Amino acid sequence: MSEVAVAEKVKEKSEPLFSKKNKALISNPLDDDNPITVQVLGICSALAITVQLKQAIVMSVSVMFVLAAGNVIVSLMRNMIPNRIRIIVQLVIIAALVILVDQVLKAYVYDVSKALSVFVGLIITNCIIMGRLEAFALGNKPWPAFLDGIGNALAYGGILVIVSFFRELLGSGKLWGYPVLGQKVGALLSDGTLATEATGLYALGYVDNGLMILPPMALITVGAIIWVQRARNTKLIEA
Amino acid sequence: MAVDVNSNKYTFIFATVMVIVVATLLALASESLKPMQKKNVANEKRQNILSSIGLEVSAADAETAYDENLVEALVIDANGEVVAEPKVGAFDIDVLKDYKAGLSNIYKANAADMDAMKAALLAFGDGGVNYPMFVLKKDGENVYVVPVVGTGLWGPIWGYLTIASDGVTVVGAVFDHKSETPGLGAEINQASFQKPFEGKKIFDENGEYTGIKVMKGGAQGSQHGVDAISGGTITSNGVTEMIVRTLKIYEPYFLQLQGGGVEEVVDTVVDSVGLAMDSLNIEEVVDSLELSAE
Repeated sequence: MSEVAVAEKVKEKSEPLFSKKNKALISNPLDDDNPITVQVLGICSALAITVQLKQAIVMSVSVMFVLAAGNVIVSLMRNMIPNRIRIIVQLVIIAALVILVDQVLKAYVYDVSKALSVFVGLIITNCIIMGRLEAFALGNKPWPAFLDGIGNALAYGGILVIVSFFRELLGSGKLWGYPVLGQKVGALLSDGTLATEATGLYALGYVDNGLMILPPMALITVGAIIWVQRARNTKLIEA
Repeated sequence: MAVDVNSNKYTFIFATVMVIVVATLLALASESLKPMQKKNVANEKRQNILSSIGLEVSAADAETAYDENLVEALVIDANGEVVAEPKVGAFDIDVLKDYKAGLSNIYKANAADMDAMKAALLAFGDGGVNYPMFVLKKDGENVYVVPVVGTGLWGPIWGYLTIASDGVTVVGAVFDHKSETPGLGAEINQASFQKPFEGKKIFDENGEYTGIKVMKGGAQGSQHGVDAISGGTITSNGVTEMIVRTLKIYEPYFLQLQGGGVEEVVDTVVDSVGLAMDSLNIEEVVDSLELSAE
């Protein structure tokens, strides 16, 4: 029975919903055990989807839904899943959830779904999700599994938001689509005309950094975040 | 638990049940969300068409705005003639799908020989290729919106080009792409690239068809060219190819607009039903068709 999963077992006693241990399930991934900066998982989507803040947040919410729901479902089924096909079962559950997310996005927030296009499908291959299902949900009760999913998704989303904040601001001078640094020459104004005069920072000769839009700068930004995090949290520095 | 979850039998049953349950769930979700998804796609198309005549509307208002401005939607065959009773309505023609389904090969194979291309297009699929054209009102005048599809550097590019009622002048253009390089080819969906198309002419002074070319090194005031995107040469060339080739198909229609004007065309249509139609008299044609049927 118990060879089902090699996992970090949470004590299966009745304990309050937000016991210290359960809280740690959410707070740990945010810093000490961050899936992106410490475990270096899910990097590909962190590069692909962080050009704009809005995309990053929608991606994070989608991942959160898939991860939390996937964790709970796998956890509920943990005693029923045959050991030999458990990876396939997890994959089917993730894939089904992702397709659901994709369909819902297409129906309700069409422009966002267009922007995310293939990346939603790529949630399936996000190693964070498979990793949490295999390492945690298979060996734990639904509630801790749910918290673990939320915690990891929050940590993942947090990094995405930080990276996309800098990339959108420095790369296209906007935040959430609004031109916060002023108007560029040749930009389309809300009344449909072309701006012929630069305002704000652009009037002073500021130019967007086109490199920020390209994937390599996401990697460098993630690198900078890792640097800051390890400078603050010396536990993470390997001897 | 009495059941051995690791036996072969259990594993098989588990896998089968799981697959059936998941498939049912997904099929249900897909079917119930389909109407909304289709509506979104249609509204996006309406938004693009309206944007090419200079109207920016939100997705929610697209349908009303489109209906308000639409004079009619025509279907045109490879000879540039209006199809009186098209199998698929103009709005439902998926030009991108047609392009991928084989048109791109026809265009490529016959790039040099227009007659051969037309012959191949007329033989394509079930009764030849049909091209949609949307006649809309802009400032009280009819304008003619033509969808264009082509190939960029990494994938398909497409857009809408609007021609004024004189059959020569471009009123507006919108383009979009699937996966062109950000900052380079992807700039074709920016206003800075699309704005200069306005006022350009697709025929020269002698009435010869020229199309509009995206020119490397600057259009320098050319009536038939716009500035290319630096670093986006292949995408720019793709835009040129798609515009010149597509408008060529519609050329007979535009020639008619230039030469005849509305009145003259009305006569021709009444004389020979179904051969040629102008935007304004489709009802007359339908009437006379019904008459002759009786």
